[in-house]
Amino acid sequence: MSANGDTPLLRLDGVDTFYGPIHILQGLSLEVRAGELVCLLGGNASGKSTTLKTILGIVTPRNGAVRLEGEDVTKRATSYRIRKGLAIVPENRRLFAPMTVLENLQMGAFLHGGGTKEDFDRVYGLFPLLYERRSQLAGTLSGGEQQMVAMGRALMAKPKLLLMDEPSMGLAPILVERSFEIIKQVNDAGVAMLVVEQNANVSLSIADRGYVLSTGRLVLEGKADELRENEDLRKAYLGR
Amino acid sequence: MTESESPDLPARPDEAQVPRIGVDEWVATHAGRTQLGRLQQRLSGVPSLGFYFLFGAIAAFVPVMTGNAYVVRVGFDTLLYMLLALGLNITVGYAGLLDLGYIAFYGFGAYTYAMLASPQFGIHWSTLAVIPVAVVATAILGFLVALPSRRLVGDYLAIVTLFFGQLFVTVYQNGESMSFLGFTRQVNATGGPNGIPNIDPFHAFGAKVTTVRGYFYVALIVFMLALFAVYLVDRSRTGRAWKSLREDPLAAELMGMPVNRLKLVAFSFGAAIAGLAGTMFAALNTAVFAADFDVPTLIIVYAMLILGGAGSLGGVIVGALIVNVSLEVLRTPDHATYVFYLLLLATLVAKLRPWRVLAVVLGGTIGFGYVVHAIVSSAAPTWVHGSASVGGWFGSWLEGWALHNDTPGTVGKFLFVLLVLAILGVMTLEGWWQKLAMIPTLYLAAVVWENVLVVEPSVTRLILVGVILIVLMNARPQGLLGTARVEIV
Repeated sequence: MSANGDTPLLRLDGVDTFYGPIHILQGLSLEVRAGELVCLLGGNASGKSTTLKTILGIVTPRNGAVRLEGEDVTKRATSYRIRKGLAIVPENRRLFAPMTVLENLQMGAFLHGGGTKEDFDRVYGLFPLLYERRSQLAGTLSGGEQQMVAMGRALMAKPKLLLMDEPSMGLAPILVERSFEIIKQVNDAGVAMLVVEQNANVSLSIADRGYVLSTGRLVLEGKADELRENEDLRKAYLGR
Repeated sequence: MTESESPDLPARPDEAQVPRIGVDEWVATHAGRTQLGRLQQRLSGVPSLGFYFLFGAIAAFVPVMTGNAYVVRVGFDTLLYMLLALGLNITVGYAGLLDLGYIAFYGFGAYTYAMLASPQFGIHWSTLAVIPVAVVATAILGFLVALPSRRLVGDYLAIVTLFFGQLFVTVYQNGESMSFLGFTRQVNATGGPNGIPNIDPFHAFGAKVTTVRGYFYVALIVFMLALFAVYLVDRSRTGRAWKSLREDPLAAELMGMPVNRLKLVAFSFGAAIAGLAGTMFAALNTAVFAADFDVPTLIIVYAMLILGGAGSLGGVIVGALIVNVSLEVLRTPDHATYVFYLLLLATLVAKLRPWRVLAVVLGGTIGFGYVVHAIVSSAAPTWVHGSASVGGWFGSWLEGWALHNDTPGTVGKFLFVLLVLAILGVMTLEGWWQKLAMIPTLYLAAVVWENVLVVEPSVTRLILVGVILIVLMNARPQGLLGTARVEIV
């Protein structure tokens, strides 16, 4: 694949990922282009989290390739991929609980020496609350606030592509909407996003495109509006 | 830790008037309303470096204030333990790697110094050359041990490192005739069970350190330098990365931290400090034996770290001070007896509420003792003719109250087992029955102490230190100076 302007930021080519003998991802191919907001939908045990782990290099696929901006990074370490411009808001947020909000943000910019004033200004501008709570221990924040810290921490690394693992998990409905507004806002600022979700309704409402996973295979893909109208998906996930 | 390290937005000018979100003002200002709270607030304003310098200054005066060589020697040992706990604090306290082979690095440093500065191989290098060599060699050893174990976590790492620690002791204890796979001639490398004797004292530029006082100052200077170095690392990016690695290795990896490299560095750094401590140990004792670097020493260092609060530099100082001084105080049966009874009394006063319950249990125990003493003196006179473990009025009162037998024999052992069963029994009971059952149990504890435990001071002091640790850790699970854990649930 040549590195021209049309090269997707992230591309999975026929990825097969195994946990021991168990075949999880079966020939999965997907791509995210610069500035896009893509969501990856699927029920429990459909392989959503494994997809993210494969992208990040926590697990290595047996076949297929993971490409970042055209470069094959299948055999590269996680830190190399992060340096290439990946960042993640992990499932359950995984904050460093006994460290302050400020320290959490600093750890997010670990590869950039702990963050510059611009990085902090950008994150505080997006989440003014984090500035007020900067010296509070992350573990003492509420779920919604922790979600902001997790997003802020990921954005400290100035990612080109931000991966989000179930951002709506454990949040009240009002906070889910607020959370997705922020996701949209970050995306509008030029950061491409891959949002992994069970909540198809909300995520499709802000996404450009979507993929639907079922037991490790892609069963649907297309523009978000089209997916929203799709009968099968409606029955399976939208519940109406 | 500090906000000054990173760029910040300017503070809001009206910050003082704006109510802080999520802060209960009454709770937040509670500390300012009590004497102790005000003291704590004022102390927390002092930078921690100030406390370290204060400690160094006070410690420097210890040998000046006392001419007692024994006290200075205990001070030297305490400083060595502080240095060991400081190194362990990096591996366990910061990086969260449970290293049970840690004490082998201490031994390796000591043996390296011994081999390069003794008649063992006829090598007598200058101390200024040996110490760097020993420290670097220990750091490399730490790196090599960590290399295969860097992907192990928690219990698995503990097992592998424990094995390494035992391997070290076994190899050095049987190293009096070693050869390389049988190809070379046999070499006496480690002196085997006899160790390496006649080790050179510290010497450089023609000057020698020969007195305990001299070693005390060497140890103090080395410890203060190491403390300062660790203090700097603690506040660096690497220090914060270690802590996030301890909290959540996966999240740390997702932030792009080189997790494996961080683990290797933490292991080597801790090992290097242990090796440094080892060189001083070897030089002062002028002989090293592999048995000195076995599990008991490891447990003591762990006890210091945990008591002081893992991850806290001040905790290293406080923990080592408390544990080592307690162990020394308890060495004499006299002191141990007072500590034992005071500990019992303090626990009762702290745990038994309201006061009438305490009065009933204490009065009951004393009365019960007199009754038993009276009955036994007519039935089995040998059990009242022994002597108490302490002298003075307390000793003579004890002789008239508790049973004393100079040769308790098998009965003493049965009483000990009976005591354990009685304690278990008390723990299963509830309410007034429990309080009543405490009366004979307490008396039994005193009898067992007087007849069995006090005559085995080496075992008893470890039991007592264990009890002290249990009591303290119950009161403060995070250690004396540690920070309470915050969990995301």
